Amino acid sequence: MNLLTIAIKSIRQRLLASSLTGLSVALGVALMVAVLVINGVIGRMFSQSGSGYDLIIGPKGSDLQLVLSSIYRVSPPIENLPWRFYTQIRERRDIEHAIPIALGDTTEEGGFPIVGTIPQYFGVEYAHGRKFLVKGDFLQGTWDAVIGAEVARKNGWDVGSKFRMIHGGQDDHVHDEQFTVRGILKRTGTPNDRSVFVHLDGFFQIDGHGKPLEEAINREADFFGVSPETVREWYGDDLAHAEEEEADGHDHDHAHDHEVLDAQKEVTSILVVMKTRNNNPLTRTTGSLMLKNELKEGFQAQGVNPIEVMRRLMDNLVGNVRLALLYLTGLIIAVSGIGIFVSIYNSMADRKREIAIMRALGARRQTVFSVILAESILLCLGGGLFGLLLGHGLVFAAAPLVEARSGLLIDPFAFEPIELVLFPVLIVLASLIGFLPGLTAYRTDVADALSN
Amino acid sequence: MSLQLHNVKKSYREPDGNILPVLNVESFALDQGEQVVLVGESGGGKTTLLNAISGITTVDSGEVIVDGVDLTRLPEAGRDRFRAERIGIVFQTFNLLPAFSALENVLLGMTFAGRADRDFARTLLERVGLGKRLSHRPPQLSVGEQQRVAVARALANRPRLMLADEPTASVDLANQNTILSLIRETCSEHGVSLLMVTHSHDVADQFDRVEQLANFNKPEVHA
Repeated sequence: MNLLTIAIKSIRQRLLASSLTGLSVALGVALMVAVLVINGVIGRMFSQSGSGYDLIIGPKGSDLQLVLSSIYRVSPPIENLPWRFYTQIRERRDIEHAIPIALGDTTEEGGFPIVGTIPQYFGVEYAHGRKFLVKGDFLQGTWDAVIGAEVARKNGWDVGSKFRMIHGGQDDHVHDEQFTVRGILKRTGTPNDRSVFVHLDGFFQIDGHGKPLEEAINREADFFGVSPETVREWYGDDLAHAEEEEADGHDHDHAHDHEVLDAQKEVTSILVVMKTRNNNPLTRTTGSLMLKNELKEGFQAQGVNPIEVMRRLMDNLVGNVRLALLYLTGLIIAVSGIGIFVSIYNSMADRKREIAIMRALGARRQTVFSVILAESILLCLGGGLFGLLLGHGLVFAAAPLVEARSGLLIDPFAFEPIELVLFPVLIVLASLIGFLPGLTAYRTDVADALSN
Repeated sequence: MSLQLHNVKKSYREPDGNILPVLNVESFALDQGEQVVLVGESGGGKTTLLNAISGITTVDSGEVIVDGVDLTRLPEAGRDRFRAERIGIVFQTFNLLPAFSALENVLLGMTFAGRADRDFARTLLERVGLGKRLSHRPPQLSVGEQQRVAVARALANRPRLMLADEPTASVDLANQNTILSLIRETCSEHGVSLLMVTHSHDVADQFDRVEQLANFNKPEVHA
């Protein structure tokens, strides 16, 4: 028998009161654990989703909007970039991958965002060390589509399913063209799960996606800061060919492939992976910084680092919410601590005799003080441990619901290292709580308590 | 000598500020292995005397020598340790801890002396007839059985002196003699001196040496 056994016995003797006070700590800890885990998952999700790319290039405007539209697909795109600009970026020697994406449309069923892109999109890691896996095939033909896992689940689509898309904008026009699902992505825990990827060639060929020629030439001239004539010179042969076709009375039948002039093509943004030089990953960072600065000086485009932007958002907005939640749960634990204090302190009056008996049997003042302190620590730690399990149970139970509602994948077994800090904190809290009742035990007058 | 008291004085300050003398013992001694009963009326200072002998209460002056050690010269922690190791106490109301089993109650005293001996605790409980009630908690035991546990607990650390404060006052007549015999027999078996206080003459009649507290305790106001 040791002090711990004596403390456990004392706790068991007041089982109901002890259980309730322990439970209050457990609830506080459970809430804190749930907040920590979910916050960690969201934080990782925001920083991981775009971490495969060094830079996102898009039209000048809000950098946050560019990231939210290009990576998270939760914001309307800013504007478009000319195809010619994309080809210039693609041909740069310091760039490994330049993946154009065209956004704006949604699926007719379910309203999932459409991403027009090239097959190379799936060759780039969507997060550090994580590659896309697919059931079926990635994009091959013009009218092929690859869908995210959540899209497949919600719409009940499988390989071979066909779908139409609604034109982005205010008219809600349903395009006639149909895409066929060729592949379903394995779940990634990123917005890709809620996205529908169609071949960029097909995307361009949809009626209304190619800009009217004159408007396209004028916009491109504006973009590059040249005259429309200069732009016409750039596309001299293509324009002549198009005029010939027009003269032949070519009818744009939407059910078959046809050429869209490069001058008419636009992309929403370009996802960029820089080249690594001399096996030094830092060269990617410096390369992207140089390109970003270069873009800042010219044209009408901007380059943003998605992680940087999201980290800023997390720090400024989400970070504050997280802090508020942590403070709140901390407060709950503190209130629980006060509950334990009140419970133990109130029990001291009843326990004076018990303490006096122990003292009469030879227990020193420090011994009875330690027993009371041990009780407080056991209650806090027991409650904390139960709260830890409860918190993870909460996350485990909530994960499928959150996933179903937001597409956010939460690992039910996710563990945040910061949770480990809870236990030393609880021990300190318990020591503070147990101090005063311990002191009461320490000061108990044995003869007086025994005679009563 | 197991116990020697010399000029022991003790008084309390009452709420109105007056000094209330409780003990004034010029001399009292108990040989090793001797069994003495101390008879006195309620409020005569019996319990205070036992508390002073066990070191629970400090005295104002004088010497309290137990097993050759003057407790008045020991600091509180030393008295606690000494009490745990060399003095066994049986209370009138048993004072068992209700959350602990019979065996654990016996072990508890051993724990504070730093020498928990499960086998010896079990042997003691078997000796007092509770071999089959080791894991029963006090509320599950009869009054007589509870007092037997208290006797076993008092002997747990192989004390040199046992102090018994009206140990039969809370038990029925049938159990009274049994408990009394048990205390006396076990003390004899272990060579433990016994100082029992009582106000019952029936109990006192069973002892060879009976001391009237009033004969040697003459409280008076002292400086």
